[in-house]
Amino acid sequence: MVPMVQDAGRSTRLDSKEPSGPIADRWSQHKFNLKLVAPANRRRFQVIVVGTGLAGASAAATLSELGYKVKALCIHGSPRRAHSIAAQGGINAAKNYQNDGDSVHRLFYDTVKGGDFRARESNVHRLAEISTQIIDQCVAQGVPFAREYGGTLANRSFGGAQVSRTFYARGQTGQQLLLGAYSAMMRQVGSGALDLLPDREMLDLVVVDGVARGVIVRHLRTGAIERHAADAVLLCTGGYGNVFYLSTNAKNSNVTASWRAHKRGAFFANPCFTQIHPTCIPVSGSYQSKLTLMSESLRNDGRVWVPKAKGDRRRADQIPDEDRDYYLERRYPSFGNLVPRDVASRAAKERCDAGFGVGETGMSVFLDFRDAIQRDGEATIRAKYGNLFQMYERITGEDPYKVPMRMYPAVHYTMGGLWVDYNLESTVPGLFVLGEANFSDHGANRLGASALMQGLADGYFVVPATIASHLAGRVLPKVTTDHPAFAEAEGAARAMTQRFLDLRGTRTVDSYHRELGLLMWDECGMARTREGLAKAKARIAELREAFWQDIRIPGDAENINQELEKAGRVADFLEFAELFAEDASVREESCGGHFREEYQTPEGEALRDDENFCHAAAWEFQGQGKPEARHVEPLTFEYVKLTQRSYK
Amino acid sequence: MSAASPTAVQGAASPTGAAGTKQGLKLVLKVWRQGARGAPGQFETHELQNVSTDMSFLEMLDVLNEGLIREGKDPVAFEHDCREGICGSCGFVINGQAHGPQKETTVCQLHMRSFRSGETLVIEPFRATAFPILKDLVVDRSAFDRIVAAGGYVSVNTGSAPDANAILIPKDNAERAFDAAACIGCGACVAACPNGSAMLFVGAKVSHLAALPQGQSERDHRALDMVAAMDKEGFGDCSNHLECVASCPKGIAGTNIAQLNREFAKASLRSGSR
Ligand SMILES: Cc1cc2nc3c(=O)[nH]c(=O)nc-3n(C[C@H](O)[C@H](O)[C@H](O)COP(=O)(O)OP(=O)(O)OC[C@H]3O[C@@H](n4cnc5c(N)ncnc54)[C@H](O)[C@@H]3O)c2cc1C
Ligand code: SF4
Ligand code: FES
Repeated sequence: MVPMVQDAGRSTRLDSKEPSGPIADRWSQHKFNLKLVAPANRRRFQVIVVGTGLAGASAAATLSELGYKVKALCIHGSPRRAHSIAAQGGINAAKNYQNDGDSVHRLFYDTVKGGDFRARESNVHRLAEISTQIIDQCVAQGVPFAREYGGTLANRSFGGAQVSRTFYARGQTGQQLLLGAYSAMMRQVGSGALDLLPDREMLDLVVVDGVARGVIVRHLRTGAIERHAADAVLLCTGGYGNVFYLSTNAKNSNVTASWRAHKRGAFFANPCFTQIHPTCIPVSGSYQSKLTLMSESLRNDGRVWVPKAKGDRRRADQIPDEDRDYYLERRYPSFGNLVPRDVASRAAKERCDAGFGVGETGMSVFLDFRDAIQRDGEATIRAKYGNLFQMYERITGEDPYKVPMRMYPAVHYTMGGLWVDYNLESTVPGLFVLGEANFSDHGANRLGASALMQGLADGYFVVPATIASHLAGRVLPKVTTDHPAFAEAEGAARAMTQRFLDLRGTRTVDSYHRELGLLMWDECGMARTREGLAKAKARIAELREAFWQDIRIPGDAENINQELEKAGRVADFLEFAELFAEDASVREESCGGHFREEYQTPEGEALRDDENFCHAAAWEFQGQGKPEARHVEPLTFEYVKLTQRSYK
Repeated sequence: MSAASPTAVQGAASPTGAAGTKQGLKLVLKVWRQGARGAPGQFETHELQNVSTDMSFLEMLDVLNEGLIREGKDPVAFEHDCREGICGSCGFVINGQAHGPQKETTVCQLHMRSFRSGETLVIEPFRATAFPILKDLVVDRSAFDRIVAAGGYVSVNTGSAPDANAILIPKDNAERAFDAAACIGCGACVAACPNGSAMLFVGAKVSHLAALPQGQSERDHRALDMVAAMDKEGFGDCSNHLECVASCPKGIAGTNIAQLNREFAKASLRSGSR
């Protein structure tokens, strides 16, 4: 059954709490207006941080430093293993150390425009402002960023930026930033101030009198179901890219924490805004379990091309320049290979769909370093990208110093997420959402090197200030885990587990996840149509039905049971996917990563409809099997003029 | 150790579009099975046919598990997440080598083209006193986190940092710090060491921070406290076998151990009473 949409229109339920006044003063003014919790009172408040990626680890460390009582939970055996660890390319900051004309305003401008005008201006400006403090903090922690010979920090340009504002640590920026945040957190653990609970999966949010007051978790190693009460809950549980099964996300990344919070009242915003990254290693077989990103930084030196002639099967080095189509340079002379991700991805798909793709499957394009190696020498290229080249060779068995890499787009990041106001608070009071799990700052397309920036901005600087609005602004009667709401939520979690174990069907969870992923990729991926989305919705519902009849979970719930873990996550993906498709079909425009074939310019670029869709759509759960209500937060652009993006 | 009845599982062999041109591998797997912490374990034998050489080692195990589940058996538990060699979740021993035969490569990045058809692969968990086995190939490595909590950080509260370029760091020092900071905390070094020592892991963290000006004020404490925590967790002593270095997927150098020894000796001298 396909749920119908109720369009609740401009919603009074969505108060963005966006400050007014000159944009550059808004954050300072807002901080000044915020309530404070006095240092001596902070230890009276228990905060639960779910997730220890960049957003969660930075928030847990900082709140603990401030004196709050903090519990940090994660699904991993160690907090350092969060998905953030895999980020490669870098983190943006408006330091203007390179004196190339960068500024807070320019970073703000680029991010609003890059997001195709679907983000809140005030949030983006705050992000740009905070960016510089993040770098200071990370350096002070000992994060070994790349440096110049003189000892100053090095920068590179990245992902469609015309200035060099990206800070990096070889190709392992996420690792080094996360280890920095992790070490700050472990310092608090060591001093006894922070309670670290690894191997815990959040199964439900506990809401008491309309306020988030705790979580139900499963201990993934003992199977124990635990209750944890709190005065505030921070969800820092990452993105939902794995709804596509194949993505660049880590295998355990999931929508479960967000989805279950959604079912307890947190609105889900813009689920259809997903990012497809243009340069990933192509799929090699049906057993493929994930896709590997090759950092966008490679496009600084690599040139993207396909043969000019269809089905040209010559080896790349046998194809002379005049027979090559450097299609990004051709179509976008001023940005060339550095166009934003959504643009580069669609261009690759267009060439492959038109029959010009390369490789055994014809579903890839070349990323060629020949000219860069000739110009700078192999040693220079090795110093810049050595680890990436090595990773490519390990996976494909091909040497990219000799033959061009082959690339194809893959799902990479999700701009949508739980709706939050300017304080990062969701529609459930006391539930804050940070990092990739929220929807806030990237609009319909995220620029490279800005997710790390946002996760750390949220965790180190935003929530530590805004959480006081909740803790000091509301009366929070004492709630313990004996409250009936905990029993109810625990009961529901146990019942779901039992249902899985009782199914004893015939198929594996992965087989359903794969099938869902293929469907999402075909109908909700790089190009979407009204018909395709309708088909997807119907098919998702069928798949979900079948899943709930037919999966087989071996073993019991009293021990490590990875199939049981996956079952819960895939069950949520199967519900969430339908909302995703619904959101994509209602948004009858193209913007950023959301490309509706019906809405494009004659040149095949995304065609926005600002008249009707210059808003964030936030969906409200209305009961199992019932249609969700669509609420709208209108977006206004006072500082960056609404224009058609052009990278020509 | 009893061998369970062999299970034949068909590997997903023909990559989509690859027209099945590549000949798949035939493999015999002897996999360690253990129900829970402290429970007895044994090797179980499985045969896989037609394994694509383009698969990663973990994808090969996925295929094995798919088959096991369909047969109503318990799949092999192993940890993994990023499958890109960076999160440090994966790791087990293949034919006596932690992370298997390919140099500087985690099992998730190891591909089946490293093996020959007809091979027998013995797959078992990392074994060390400080890493209790939890199930099959999953071990508890939380001791590493407790060592870091003892001193593997710079004490700087959020918001109190000076401008990033106020601290100049010569490029070479930054590179040295990075080389040591590249450790992924997988624990292969411990598993490979005949004594189950964590010196390479601890040495890497101590060297990373000792190479930077930010790490100086707590330098002595860090070395002393991390070593004390390491001892408390039951890791063994280092007797310079350097098996750790040979097994490390991130190329963490043995010089980090020497540096840890120096740091520890200097700090002990300076702290006198400790
Ligand atoms: C390969 C790759 C490269 C990237 N490179 C860059 C880059 O160069 N620059 C950039 O800016 N961005 C990059 N990104 C994006 C960026 O890494 C992520 O958006 C960001 O790290 C997300 O951080 P996070 O803290 O929000 O979530 P995550 O790091 O995903 O952390 C989620 C946390 O939540 C926990 N968790 C999840 N579900 C549950 C649950 N149900 N219960 C309990 N805990 C749970 C997990 O254990 C984990 O600790 C990259 C992404 C990928 C995939
Ligand atoms: S030193 Fe090497 S082997 Fe040891 S934990 Fe670090 S990365 Fe793994
Ligand atoms: S799965 Fe992350 S390092 Fe292997």
